[in-house]
Order: sequence, then structure tokens, then C-alpha cells
Amino acid sequence: MKILVAVKRVIDYNVQVRVKEDGTGVVTDNVKMSTNPPDDNAIEEAVKIKESGKAKEIVAVTVGEEKAQETVRKALAVGADRGIHVKIDGIIEPLAVSKILQKIVDKEKPDLVFMGKQAIDDDCNQTGQMLGALLNWPQATFASKIEVKENSLEVTREVDEGLETIEVNTPAIVTCDLRLNEPRYASLPNIMKAKKKPIEQINASDLGVDTNSRIEVIKVEEPPKRKAGIKVANVEELVQKLKNEAKVI
Amino acid sequence: MSALLIAEHNNKELKPFTLNAITAASQIDEDLHVLVIGHNLDEVAKSISQIPNVKKVIQIDNEIYENYLAENFASAVIKNAENYSHIVCSANTFGKNLMPRIAALLDTSQISDIIKVISSDTFLRPIYAGNAFATVKSNDKKKCITIRPTSFDPAPTSGGSAEIVKVDAGEANSNIKFIKREEIKSDRPELGTARVVISGGRGMQSGENFKLITAVADKLNAAIGASRAAVDAGYITNDHQVGQTGKVVVPDLYIAVGISGAIQHLAGMKESKVIVAINKDGEAPIFSVADYGLEADLFEALPKFLEELNKLNTIQK
Ligand SMILES: Cc1cc2nc3c(=O)[nH]c(=O)nc-3n(C[C@H](O)[C@H](O)[C@H](O)COP(=O)(O)OP(=O)(O)OC[C@H]3O[C@@H](n4cnc5c(N)ncnc54)[C@H](O)[C@@H]3O)c2cc1C
Ligand SMILES: Nc1ncnc2c1ncn2[C@@H]1O[C@H](COP(=O)(O)O)[C@@H](O)[C@H]1O
Repeated sequence: MKILVAVKRVIDYNVQVRVKEDGTGVVTDNVKMSTNPPDDNAIEEAVKIKESGKAKEIVAVTVGEEKAQETVRKALAVGADRGIHVKIDGIIEPLAVSKILQKIVDKEKPDLVFMGKQAIDDDCNQTGQMLGALLNWPQATFASKIEVKENSLEVTREVDEGLETIEVNTPAIVTCDLRLNEPRYASLPNIMKAKKKPIEQINASDLGVDTNSRIEVIKVEEPPKRKAGIKVANVEELVQKLKNEAKVI
Repeated sequence: MSALLIAEHNNKELKPFTLNAITAASQIDEDLHVLVIGHNLDEVAKSISQIPNVKKVIQIDNEIYENYLAENFASAVIKNAENYSHIVCSANTFGKNLMPRIAALLDTSQISDIIKVISSDTFLRPIYAGNAFATVKSNDKKKCITIRPTSFDPAPTSGGSAEIVKVDAGEANSNIKFIKREEIKSDRPELGTARVVISGGRGMQSGENFKLITAVADKLNAAIGASRAAVDAGYITNDHQVGQTGKVVVPDLYIAVGISGAIQHLAGMKESKVIVAINKDGEAPIFSVADYGLEADLFEALPKFLEELNKLNTIQK
């Protein structure tokens, strides 16, 4: 079995994101970037499946600017076998990413595509489902448990009501939740080894897909600030305030 | 043209958030039709037809839709999408799972999780866990939009009498099979719509200790929430998680207990009307959004809180 894992480079989740003064976006210069957190879970799951002998090859793919390669390199350091970097500058919408990934799937013919459930920059939660539709593959989104069977996967999904279990035949798309597993750290020797693993570079413009933006970002602004609250001295005061001032109890 | 809203339901009743999505959808286009797909749905379709904002109900009833599989739903929506400028759904796990499949098949760039309708093509949506708000304009012919339900009021449920049209089912996808659903049932108000929410975090230390939260929740008729750390640690099930990757709640009163206030948690609750934080660390970031902060050990504060609440005899349910 072959698993393709899509990883995105985003502002690190610990960074306090700041809006640019000109309203065109958020500040990214000199800001720490990392792999989108659930994409680490996607890689980890693929590596675990390979370690259990059920997968032969893991290919990590990213779509983005030159530096996006770092996320592929990191995936190689934790166990992916080779990488693909589809080069394209600027903001690229999930629809375009999924069309690019469709081309990569056509070329690589994986049995599974693993991705994160949501990118923490755009918070779109779209790309996996879109790729599923374009390929006409079944999708198992928000996965918190995966069991690999003969020609299918049994996947537990986190939904608003609790948990849901479905079975998807391969080839299939899985989007991963953070609770799927505990991503490992790359060891120094593995980081060194990863430097020798191949990363194929492809220009998005050579893939023949329409990557033009369909959505115009008119402005990006700070959300309204909450006005500062107070500290109360004790529980009695808290209850009095809630009752007499805020009038919520 | 008109807008088409995809209803969320459990084959028996409409899910309450569909009403909020209906409000948003009718702000986009007053000629709002609702597509309801499922199995043995007559009651649900009827209840939708009574919503005054709804001009027409399209019902697709077949056993292949019993478990809301996105593969089957998406092709049913596509078959009925032709005459609509907007396809709309609420941005909970149902809509998140489904809408991008529809959007890709229509070759549309979806706009997720809008919190305001500015015009029929321009919307406000939070990005970066709500640390920025983006105003975005869709240039696609057909627009696919999901709605953050807590940002819109629910539509009234009676007074309307829209016609109900039944249409044929589409094909079933044979590559996916529903196995089971473990739905956590409770008598409490739903997290998403409760007037009061009390949430526990890692500071609770154990699932057992959540009984302190439960006791207060009982008293205030509150829903129970949790941080991701509390869910990850197994103190409580995933359906309680509030935040960027959990649920968004906007209650009148949100009480955060033993929660530090990471941005990913704030993303799910900072629009609440009144926020209370109980935390023993005076520097915890949760205090920066709290209207009333109590720096205290929760194991002393919660029992005392309950005691004080019990002294009041006027708690509104
Ligand atoms: C991609 C991504 C998505 C995420 N999504 C979410 C999400 O949707 N929701 C979410 O909540 N988190 C989310 N997180 C996790 C988030 O970053 C934090 O790790 C998490 O919210 C921390 O939970 P916590 O506040 O309960 O735990 P901690 O940060 O460990 O805080 C525990 C708090 O309890 C206090 N405390 C301890 N003992 C006591 C006591 N006896 N009395 C009073 N106070 C006490 C401490 O002072 C501390 O402030 C996400 C993270 C990532 C990377
Ligand atoms: N530019 C990209 N390159 C590689 N993978 C991506 C890219 N954008 C999105 N993805 C994948 O799609 C998932 C969901 O992203 P989104 O739909 O933007 O929330 C991410 O977790 C990634 O796995």
C-alpha cells in the first residue's frame, strides 16, 4: 500500500498572530512557521501503518512557496520515504490545492491520501473533502482512530454528537484530528538521513490546473476587543456581581 | 436566483442550528428554498415548511440517506443545484463534512464559517482561530457557504406554509459504509445553544472531579464544556470540546474553570456575553478575556460557588 500525505506550512500555533496595519493580511515576516498541527498526525499515522507492515511507501507532498519544502523535509525526518514540492507563490485556495493534489494522485496512484482536518491559518476545513469529490473517492473526515483492513479502513470520526464509525474502501481520503495519535519527534540521526531523501520539485504552472483565486480578500482586520474585566476577591463577590451587575443568574 | 439551504436533522427533528443557518441564508437571498435529505422525513419536512423564511421545501427521502454520508448527499445536492446562486449549510461537523464536496463538484471556492452577511457575495469570516476577521468576496457564479450558527439568531419556527416538493434520490456510493454512531445523550441543554456554559480544563485533574462542574451545571441549568486538554486526558468526551477545533459557543454566561485560555480555546468562547474565569494562576491568559476573574483554587471555589448559588432563590432557568 502507498500513502500520500499532504502537509501545509503555516504560522506556528504558539505565535500570537498580528494583523497588518494596511489591512491586507497578517504579519508573516520573521514569524515562526511550522507544519500545520493535524498534518503531523497524518504523517505519524502513515508511519505507524508502514511500521506495522501494512504500507510500503509514504510520499509527503506540499503545495506552496520555496520555504514550504521545510514541512516536507520534516515529514521525511519522521519517516516519509520521499517528498514532492509543488511550487506556487501567494495564497492558494483549498479548491486549487485539491486540484493540484488530484494531479499528484493521478501520477502517484496512492491507495490512501492522509491530510489534516483543518489548516489553522485559513481555518477552511475543505481540502480533503474537495479532493475526495474530484477523485470520486470516499472520505473519512475528522478521524480519531483508524483500523486498516484488507481493502478498506474502519475509521472513527469525531462529530458534534460524539463518535461515528464508518468503513471506506480504498482508495480513500482521510482527514486527521489531533487526537488520532501522538506525533513523534524527529531524532537527530533521522534529520540527517532525511537530508538525503529525494524531494521532487514541480511547478504548479506545469500541471495545467486553474489556480486563480476565486475569492477576493477585501480586508483583514483585528476582531473587536473585549473590554477589560475585573478580578473579584472571593466567591461571594463573584455571585453578587453575576446576579446584580451582569444579571446573568 | 434563489438560495438553497441544506437542512441538518436526525430524520426525526430539525437540528436547532439549521434555524440559525436559515436566518443567515435568508439575509443572502429572500427566496430561500430548503433541501432536506434523509430517510422517513415527512415530519422534518413538515416542520421546515412552517418556518416563515422558507419559500419551498425539497424533500429527498431514501434509505441511502439515513446516515448522512457526504458522498451520497453531495450527488443529491448537485442534481438539485442548478437554479440556485447560493448553496448554504451550517458550519458544524455535518456541514464541514459535506459542503466542500459539493463545492468541488460545482468548481466553486467555498467560503467557510461566515459570521456576517455583508452582501450577497461578500461575507465576514474569522481566520487564525479568530485572531483576525477577513472580509471576503466570492467571484464564483455559484457560491457555497457555511455559516457559523452562533453568529445568527434562530429563525422563527411557525407561521409559514411553504410547499413541499418530493424529488427522486440519486445513486448510492458503494465505497462507503456507515457502521455506528455513539451519540452521547444527556438531559442538559445543548452546548451550542445553552444560555449558560461551564467548562473544565486540565486543572480539573480527573474525570471524577468533573462532578464539581456537573453540580454547578445542574444548579444553573448549564451545558458542560471542556478544553481540548481535558478531552485529550480522557476526563470527558470529545463532544464537549470548545475551541478552534471543537465547538463555538456564545452563551450569556461562560464559566471557565481550570482552563489557561490558549488562543485555540478562546476561539470557541470569547464572543460569550459574560465570561467568568476561575484559575489559581493570576497570570493565566484566560483572565484577559474574563469579565469576572477569580484567582482561586477550583477545588475550594467550586463547592463554595454552589453553596452561594443555593442561597439565591431566583436563578433563572
Ligand atoms: C491545532 C490546535 C488546535 C487546538 N484546538 C483546541 C480547541 O479546540 N479547544 C481547546 O480547548 N484547546 C485546543 N488546543 C489546545 C490548546 O492549545 C491548549 O493546549 C489547551 O486549550 C489547554 O487546555 P487547558 O487550559 O485545560 O490546560 P492548561 O493549559 O494546562 O491549563 C490548565 C489551567 O488550570 C489551572 N489550574 C490547575 N490546577 C488548578 C486548581 N486547582 N485550581 C484552579 N486552577 C487550576 C492552571 O493554572 C492552568 O491555567 C488546540 C491546539 C492546537 C495545536
Ligand atoms: N498548500 C497545501 N499543501 C499541502 N497540503 C495542504 C495545503 N493546503 C491544505 N492542505 C491539506 O489540507 C488540510 C486541510 O486544509 P484546509 O482545507 O485549508 O483547512 C491540511 O491539513 C493539509 O493536510
